[in-house]
Amino acid sequence: MAERRIRTYSEVSHDTGSGILEQVEAQGARLARRLAAIDRLVVVASGKGGVGKSLVAANLAAALARRGLQVGAADADLNGPSLGRMLGVAGAKLEVREDGVVPVRGAGGVRVMSMDLLLASDDAPLRWREPEGAGFAWQSVLETGAVREFLSDTDWGELDALIVDLPPGTDKLQRLLQLVPDPGVVLLVTTPTEVARFVVGKSIALVREARVRRFGLVANMAGHACEHCGRQTSLFDPEPAVRMAEEAGVPLWARIPFHPAIGAHTDAGRPIVAAEPDSEAARAFEELAAKVMA
Amino acid sequence: MKFLCVDCDRVMDFAERQLPGDGTMAAVFRCDRCEREVAMLTNPMETRLVSGLGVKVGGRTVPDQPMELVRSTVAEGREDAFTDGEAADGPAVAPAGPPPRPGSVAWSPQARERLQSVPSFVRGMVKRIYTEWAWEQGIVEMTPETMDRARAELGMEGM
Repeated sequence: MAERRIRTYSEVSHDTGSGILEQVEAQGARLARRLAAIDRLVVVASGKGGVGKSLVAANLAAALARRGLQVGAADADLNGPSLGRMLGVAGAKLEVREDGVVPVRGAGGVRVMSMDLLLASDDAPLRWREPEGAGFAWQSVLETGAVREFLSDTDWGELDALIVDLPPGTDKLQRLLQLVPDPGVVLLVTTPTEVARFVVGKSIALVREARVRRFGLVANMAGHACEHCGRQTSLFDPEPAVRMAEEAGVPLWARIPFHPAIGAHTDAGRPIVAAEPDSEAARAFEELAAKVMA
Repeated sequence: MKFLCVDCDRVMDFAERQLPGDGTMAAVFRCDRCEREVAMLTNPMETRLVSGLGVKVGGRTVPDQPMELVRSTVAEGREDAFTDGEAADGPAVAPAGPPPRPGSVAWSPQARERLQSVPSFVRGMVKRIYTEWAWEQGIVEMTPETMDRARAELGMEGM
C-alpha cells in the first residue's frame, strides 16, 4: 500500500475561521492604540526581589506628578501588589466605561491600576478560576494576559508617563518586553550589594538584548544621612552598584538614601516626595524624574 | 490548529462551538466539499489553556469587555471592585461597548435568580455581554434557556 502524504500545517494557508490568531492580533492592536496616547512608558524592574522597586515606582510617579505631568502607575506585580497602597488607593472602586476601566486617582493625582484593588481582602492571595491541580500549566499565561489587560483595558487617557512596576524575576521583564517591545525607559533598581549586582546583571543583559534605548540603574538604600548631624554613612559598601554601572556601561541615574521616613510615609500612602519634599530622598527622586523625562 | 479533510485534501472550516458547562468544549469543523464534520473535544485543562489567552475558538460574536480576562478568571475577587454603570440585577443593562439601540432585553425572574449565582465581581460584565448577545439575536427576554445558549455561543465557560 502506497504511503500517502498529508500536507503539513505550513503548507496549508487556508484560514479555518477559528479566529484565534485574529483575536491575539486584535489584543496587540488594542494595546498599541492605548499606549499611543502615552508619551513615555517607564518600566521599573530589577530581577532581584526586596530592593525597593515599588517604593521607587511610587515615589517616581509622585515626583513626576509634582512636576505637573499627567502620570499613570500600573502595578504589574499581581501576586504581591503594593503600588496602589503606596499611592494611597487601597479599597477604591473601579468604574467600567465603554473605553475601559477608569483608573483610580492616588497621591498627587496619579492614575493607578493594581490587582490589590480587585482582591477580596487584604490577606487574600491571587487565585485563578481553574480546573483543579494543574494551574502551573497556564498561570504564567493568565498573568501575562492580566498585565496586558491592565495596560490596554485601563482608560489611562493621555499621559506624559506611565510607570509600570514589575515583580521580581528576570522573566517578568522579558515578558513585558515581548508585550511592549519598545518601552521608553527601563529603570533597574538595585541595592549596593554583591548579590543584587549578580542578579541585576542578568536584567542588564536582557535589556541590552532587547535593544531598549534608554535604561539606567537606581541604587536604593545607597547610604544613610544621620537625622541629627546630617553625616552620610553607608549601609552597604556602595562599590558594587558603582562598579556594576561602570562595568556594564549603564548610567547610575539615582542614589536613593535609606531613611526610615521613606518607608513610613510610603506605607501610609504618601510618597516621601509629597510628605517631605525638602528631604534628601525626595530630592533624589526629583532628580530621577528629571532624568526619566529628559 | 487546523483540521484537514484527508479525502478531499481541504482544510475544514470552523462551524460550531458548544460548551456543555462541565469545563469541556466541543468545536465542530466541516469540510466544505464533502460536508464531513469532525468535533474537537477538549478537556477542562485544554479549554482553560485556550481561554487563558483571552480568545474564543470560532471568534467573537459580541465585542470583548474591558478586562474581560481578569474579571472572568480571578477567583475570589472583591465583590464591589467594579461599578458597571447600572445595577447588575436591574431589569435591563445597556451594553458598555456598542451604541444605544432601540428596545431592550427583559430578564425573567428565573434568569435574574440564576444571574445572582454569578459572583458579583463579574456579574455586571456577564449581564452586559449576555444582553448584547440577546440584542444581536433579536431576543427580547432572557431566560435560563437563552442564558445556556448565550454561554455556549459566546464561549463563556462557567458563567
